[in-house]
Amino acid sequence: MKEEVIITEGLTKKFGNFTAVDNITFTVNKGEIFGFLGANGAGKTTAMRMLCGLSKPTSGKATVAGIDVYSQAEKIKSNIGYMSQKFSLYEDLTVLENIKFFGGIYKLSDSRIKTKSEELVHRLSLEPQANKLVGSLPQGWKQKLAFSVAILHEPKIVFLDEPTGGVDPLARRQFWDLIYEAAGNGITIFITTHYMDEAEYCNRLSIMVDGRIEALDSPGALKQKYEAANMDEVFYRLARGAKRAE
Amino acid sequence: MRTLLFLLQKEFKQIYRYKAMVRIIIGMPIMQLLLLPLAADYEIKNINLAVVDNDHSTYSQQLVSTIIGSGYFRLAEYNQSYKKSLKLIESDKADLILEIPEGFERNLVRENKDQVLVAVNAINGTKANIGASYLNNIIKNYNQSLRMKLVTSNQGNQAIAIDLVNSNWYNPEMDYKSFMVPGILALLVTIIGGFLAALNIVREKEIGTIEQINVTPVRKSYFILGKLIPFWVIGNVVFTIGLVLSWLVYGIVPAGNLLVLYSFIWVYLLAVLGLGLLISTYCETQQQAMFINFFFIMIFILLGGLFTSIDSMPGWAKIIARINPVSYIIDVFRMIILKGSGFKDILPHIGIISFMALLLNSWAIKNYRKTS
Amino acid sequence: MKQFGAFVKKEFAHVFRDRRTLLILFGMPIMQILIFGFALSNEIKNTQLVVIDKAKDQASHKLINRIDASSYFEVSNIMLEEKDIEEVFEKGKLKLVLIIPAEFNLMLAHDKKASVQLIADASDPNTANLLKNYLAAILQDYQAELNGIGNGIGTESINIVPQTRMLYNPQLRSAHNFVPGVMALVLMLVCVMMTAITIVREKETGTMEVLLISPFKPWLVIIAKAVPYLVLSLVNVTTIVLLSVFVLQLPVNGSLFLLFAESTLFIITCLGIGIFISIKTNSQLIAMLISLIGMLLPTILFSGFMFPLENMPAVLQWIANIIPARWYYVIVKSVMIKGLGFSAIYLETLALVVIAAFFYALSIKNFKVRLA
Ligand SMILES: Nc1ncnc2c1ncn2[C@@H]1O[C@H](COP(=O)(O)OP(=O)(O)OP(=O)(O)O)[C@@H](O)[C@H]1O
Ligand SMILES: [Mg+2]
Repeated sequence: MKEEVIITEGLTKKFGNFTAVDNITFTVNKGEIFGFLGANGAGKTTAMRMLCGLSKPTSGKATVAGIDVYSQAEKIKSNIGYMSQKFSLYEDLTVLENIKFFGGIYKLSDSRIKTKSEELVHRLSLEPQANKLVGSLPQGWKQKLAFSVAILHEPKIVFLDEPTGGVDPLARRQFWDLIYEAAGNGITIFITTHYMDEAEYCNRLSIMVDGRIEALDSPGALKQKYEAANMDEVFYRLARGAKRAE
Repeated sequence: MRTLLFLLQKEFKQIYRYKAMVRIIIGMPIMQLLLLPLAADYEIKNINLAVVDNDHSTYSQQLVSTIIGSGYFRLAEYNQSYKKSLKLIESDKADLILEIPEGFERNLVRENKDQVLVAVNAINGTKANIGASYLNNIIKNYNQSLRMKLVTSNQGNQAIAIDLVNSNWYNPEMDYKSFMVPGILALLVTIIGGFLAALNIVREKEIGTIEQINVTPVRKSYFILGKLIPFWVIGNVVFTIGLVLSWLVYGIVPAGNLLVLYSFIWVYLLAVLGLGLLISTYCETQQQAMFINFFFIMIFILLGGLFTSIDSMPGWAKIIARINPVSYIIDVFRMIILKGSGFKDILPHIGIISFMALLLNSWAIKNYRKTS
Repeated sequence: MKQFGAFVKKEFAHVFRDRRTLLILFGMPIMQILIFGFALSNEIKNTQLVVIDKAKDQASHKLINRIDASSYFEVSNIMLEEKDIEEVFEKGKLKLVLIIPAEFNLMLAHDKKASVQLIADASDPNTANLLKNYLAAILQDYQAELNGIGNGIGTESINIVPQTRMLYNPQLRSAHNFVPGVMALVLMLVCVMMTAITIVREKETGTMEVLLISPFKPWLVIIAKAVPYLVLSLVNVTTIVLLSVFVLQLPVNGSLFLLFAESTLFIITCLGIGIFISIKTNSQLIAMLISLIGMLLPTILFSGFMFPLENMPAVLQWIANIIPARWYYVIVKSVMIKGLGFSAIYLETLALVVIAAFFYALSIKNFKVRLA
């Protein structure tokens, strides 16, 4: 029996009379890498923010790690990690200071913070940069660091909003290594991306068009269903029907 | 509690790293405290008088020298035409014109009576009023002395004189600096505290790091406190530097107890910072936060009782003054620094400001939404 | 030129997209002009004055009545002993005590001389001075009446009657002085802040680089950013003038065209300062701190509408000269209230042109350096 860590039913978000997320229903299983695709403006970030407790849904149901997003948004927060689309570490703090700060916010003990920092810096081979300001790091390293910080407190689920935007191919590979490692440790990964090669790495994919989920399955099954050679083609088929420009 | 420490550590580090900001928030107040109090003197002296004497008689010249001899007026011009003197008023080089008509002496001797014209630039009403009343009174006294001369043989009648003896307490030399320096310091502390607090949270919103905080389980009150305390410390530092400077440069030493003074500043800063934080929870961009804060700070400063007296304001503005924290700090500084009032005297002020601090900060905490 | 138009259009689009900021930008000056136009005044009315009347005779009663009848004072019916004055002053409720000596009547009749004592809380020396001046004027009036030369008409004695003419502001309303001042102050700060921030904001978000690599003269890009704010500020000038005339009842005695031409020059000058700040800084926060913490108080103090510039030390008068508001204040007063033409304000105009030229030249120079 699979354990479902995210369950949504008819989840909807309206801004005025514009429906950004339109009645989406899906589930995500524990330990899964769940890809959340869609053209720009499809509503991915908006949906993700509702699941993280950052934004109140207009209607519909959703639970994350078994917790209701309406009534217990704050409680969800200690069970998840989040990397927002904008870069979200403090650029004017050093690598270690960022780790220490977020560790402290998530109430890790001092000794935990210490061992975690060492582990993390070592894992990312950031030793020489440990006391440098994050703002001075190359983009790829910043993103890897941000991801590691987002899972510092060992959350059940981590939400990644376009984590590999502007990252070179090599660093992207390394980034996905980190993701697999985290997934291997039982952390559920919920990720949005515009790279179709990355989509192939996911266990299951949903494709959003104009706020609705148009397709949801494993990459293989989707390719079969749309008789496409690769994910690019699947995406084109679906996204072409989109009305939302940009 | 431990979370708060982490938040504080982060804020202090960020401030420390932002050298350009620190330079401004320490340097600007020092510079302004050294310069501005010297500019804030509105004692009415040197009222400039243009005289148009169309008579050139003994009497008219006597009148003019009596006026100039009074010490209130400076002769800006003598004996041009009225039209030319009016030009001086237009260019603000003269404040009043006295025109003595032709045949002045003759009329006085024959008919005992004549008119002179006093034209006043009345745009600045106070100066106009006071200048005109000085001049009128000098003319009246001159009348009197003329009259005495003529009737002197009659009764030996001596003019009655009432002397006004002035005691200026707390500031016998009427040195406006001892009033202005603490006042300007109060304004500087207010401006710096208010703006830093208003801009800080919005700045995190604009950069996007606030999302990362909002997605953590951190308590709202801790987050706000984490923002409040560092700026509170900065406010205290700025205030202390200012106090030392006023002592070194202007020789102003608080007549009252320093601890009383500080205890007021402590709550006062909480109130001002609270307002800034509240504004920043309502705004999306630094630009908005700054303009709204600018709006409030301007009103607070101009209606705070430092530049124009609150007594001079209409009723509704006096009500604004009652909810204006600046009016309290100006008042309290005046009381403690100049008059040496004690804790008991400023207790009502502390009470009201504490209430404001509490209200504004809890409102800010309430209005800061981690979930939109 | 067509490209320039396209840039300007884009900037307008930016400005109008952000409705909230727009509302603040238009609403704030209106509110401030109204509030300050009505609330600021240098004239203190109905000050509470406690009289310790040791004489309680006819003369003292007459004097007290005279004081009470003036609009400046209200004689309070609080009974006070001399020894309690200090305590009352320290509470800060009362600022003035007048002591009339015993046997006042007798002294006046026999010695022709008496002195009354005024004890003032001079911790605010500017206010204390003003009140003292009011009281001195009342005393002189009273003295004149005692000497029987008050009304002068029909007396056989010599009498010079001053005819007082209040030019420009017959009712001595404070708004005539403060509205032009606040107008200069608000316009200047808003213009500087707006430009400084929007340009730095583009730098912060990185869009500036996109504009700078376009085949368009870089500094024209900057100018294009300032154009919408020129228009916006002119709209503000219009509403302020309308409010001044219809709500605050100020006259427009001079040419409206001249007023707007000068306002345009003033705004362009202020935008220049904003552009200069934006070129020298890289973050919105610093730009705001400079244009606010750095400029708010100096602009209030040096524009000359609060404190007379002629009272200031020479160095400060020099500093005041580089503040555009100082010149614009004179211009608005001259054109709106005095009804003067260009010939009366060409020096002020020239000063604005020089300041503008200075900041634009400096901006262009610094801008080139940055690109090299
Ligand atoms: N706070 C908001 N108010 C109004 N509209 C919004 C708001 N946030 C998002 N939208 C709109 O909702 C739609 C979906 O936005 P969202 O950011 O979720 O898209 P996305 O799928 O994440 O796109 P991208 O790939 O560009 O990140 C967009 O049209 C956006 O303009
Ligand atoms: Mg998105």
